[in-house]
Amino acid sequence: MKTSLRPDERGYFGSFGGAFIPEMMQANVAELQERYEEIVGTEEFKNEFDKLLKDYVGRPSPLYLATRLSEKYDTNVYLKREDLNHTGAHKINNSLGQIILAKKLGKHRIIAETGAGQHGVATATACALMGLECVVFMGELDVKRQAPNVGRMKMLGAQVVPVSSGSKTLKDATNEAMRYWIANPFDTHYIIGSVVGPHPYPDMVARFQSVISEEVRKQLKEKTGSELPDTVIACVGGGSNAAGAFYHFLEEDSVQLIAAEAAGKGLESGYTAAATFKGVSGILHGSKTLFMQTADGQVVEPHSISAGLDYPGIGPALAHWFETGRVEYQAITDEDAMKAGLELCKLEGIIPAVESAHALAVLDKVKFGKDKHVVVNLSGRGDKDLETYLTYL
Amino acid sequence: MKNRINTTLDSKDNILSIYFTAGYPKLDDTMKVLKQLEQSGADMIEIGVPFSDPIADGPTIQYSNTVALENGMSVQLLFDQLKDVRKTVSIPLIMMSSLNPIIQYGFERFCQKCKGIDVDGLIIPDLPVEEYIREYKGVVESYGLRNIILITPSSTDARIRLIDEHTDSFIYMVSSAATTGVNQNFSQDFEAFASRLKAMDLKNPLITGFGIKDKESFDQVTQFSKGGIIGSAFVKAVVEQEDAVQATADFMLQFQK
Repeated sequence: MKTSLRPDERGYFGSFGGAFIPEMMQANVAELQERYEEIVGTEEFKNEFDKLLKDYVGRPSPLYLATRLSEKYDTNVYLKREDLNHTGAHKINNSLGQIILAKKLGKHRIIAETGAGQHGVATATACALMGLECVVFMGELDVKRQAPNVGRMKMLGAQVVPVSSGSKTLKDATNEAMRYWIANPFDTHYIIGSVVGPHPYPDMVARFQSVISEEVRKQLKEKTGSELPDTVIACVGGGSNAAGAFYHFLEEDSVQLIAAEAAGKGLESGYTAAATFKGVSGILHGSKTLFMQTADGQVVEPHSISAGLDYPGIGPALAHWFETGRVEYQAITDEDAMKAGLELCKLEGIIPAVESAHALAVLDKVKFGKDKHVVVNLSGRGDKDLETYLTYL
Repeated sequence: MKNRINTTLDSKDNILSIYFTAGYPKLDDTMKVLKQLEQSGADMIEIGVPFSDPIADGPTIQYSNTVALENGMSVQLLFDQLKDVRKTVSIPLIMMSSLNPIIQYGFERFCQKCKGIDVDGLIIPDLPVEEYIREYKGVVESYGLRNIILITPSSTDARIRLIDEHTDSFIYMVSSAATTGVNQNFSQDFEAFASRLKAMDLKNPLITGFGIKDKESFDQVTQFSKGGIIGSAFVKAVVEQEDAVQATADFMLQFQK
């Protein structure tokens, strides 16, 4: 099967995607389907977005050759430093893109879901910048384990709504945001933080995040003479940083793409979030994709030490890239991730987000070779995760 | 095949349709509640197939879904429980479910089972009309089932016409922008929506759902539509009492006056 970079007109990447939404969400989603490409294609949009990415976010984010890490793994490891973006993660790229779009659509209020809080912080930041009302839905469990980010969102003027349904994590925050959107259809835009949800979200979010791989190509050319690395590694919850890191390499067959999924306490432990290993195709959050479910079609609660990867499924594009074999998936346990995160602290003086630590853990699982160029997308910084790290010291 | 939904629509006005979640509050309450609803005067029943993550439902129905799943309800068990339903219940029965439990069971197998036990229709809120037409309509119709599709005040005229064209029973008119179970007044906005629909001269009648909680609100919506659907208010009434059958009888009493 051929790998698609973009969805077809119905929003399908191969057999995954579409827009399976209640009629109550139809008008909002249809408006996006009809207008998003036209708006993001204009010079006006591009200029505003590029300017904000440069002057406000601080892009391009560095591509850093991590020498001590390279020495340890006997290859050339480059870190794409999304952790150095304003607000500390790749999430700001998408939030700014969508907020410019929302303004052009005449929306006054922004809602968002968040797991680790990075998307919530990014969206609250974008709303403060643009003077828009912001409501962020966050699972009660995540409110507790990501307290610093809750504080940041509140300082930025956002209303944080704790969600007590289901597993009280990202999946439930997403449900609640969708319900709020149903009840507030006219003046509200929902900034989904990952490449999940009904068409056109998976495509739209991937395009806003594709700045990551676009920059990697340019930066690698400057450093090595070639635009193409041998391997790109990124962690996958819903898949937004992975989609962004892979985007401009998907059609380059020589580039190996590896996604690190959160295996939690182990693939067979019953406490995992590894959707390609344990999931099957079904309908969740408005699209057909791979997610963990019972034989009876009930969503299985995910588990990961990282709030940002604690999601039962992956976005439809990621599911398609898995199905076609274009992207390889590695299952990384909580233990693997914490070890890799602490190793980066010691070897390179960088504290990665626990999410990104899953991508780093792949270095210990796959042999790359001395002359190879391996890019790891360091999707966010780990300040929010200090308590978690400290228990593993 | 004669469909009870059409017969009921042809013969009655002010149709009272009640939604309840299968396997709630207790696993074996499904048949008991069904029988009592018919005895107490319901004209039609929507049997909710519980789902872990129903997007369009408010807290009350979400809770009933969670309890029913904890009780052990599943699609197969529900069909087993309803095996002999037509021996005792004669009013139209509609299965209401999110799409995922149905496609995991097998969409055609689900329709076949529905026909086998004489269920009359389906409501699948997260199956948009375009996907329905493309993938599922042929199967649904081949088993003599009616697929009931929702419209809301934000649905365009073009979509409403498309939905009207591809259904043959009634259209589920969502009273306002909300998830299920939100109390509201059926005010000017609802009346404006109803007038807009009336002017469209649709071939299918309308039955209103979302936000109807009692006889008074039921009477309000039936001034503008063929009937009303009560979901959350009934589910809530059942949870507040020990005996689901008694609770059902008590709740339905208000409609018998």
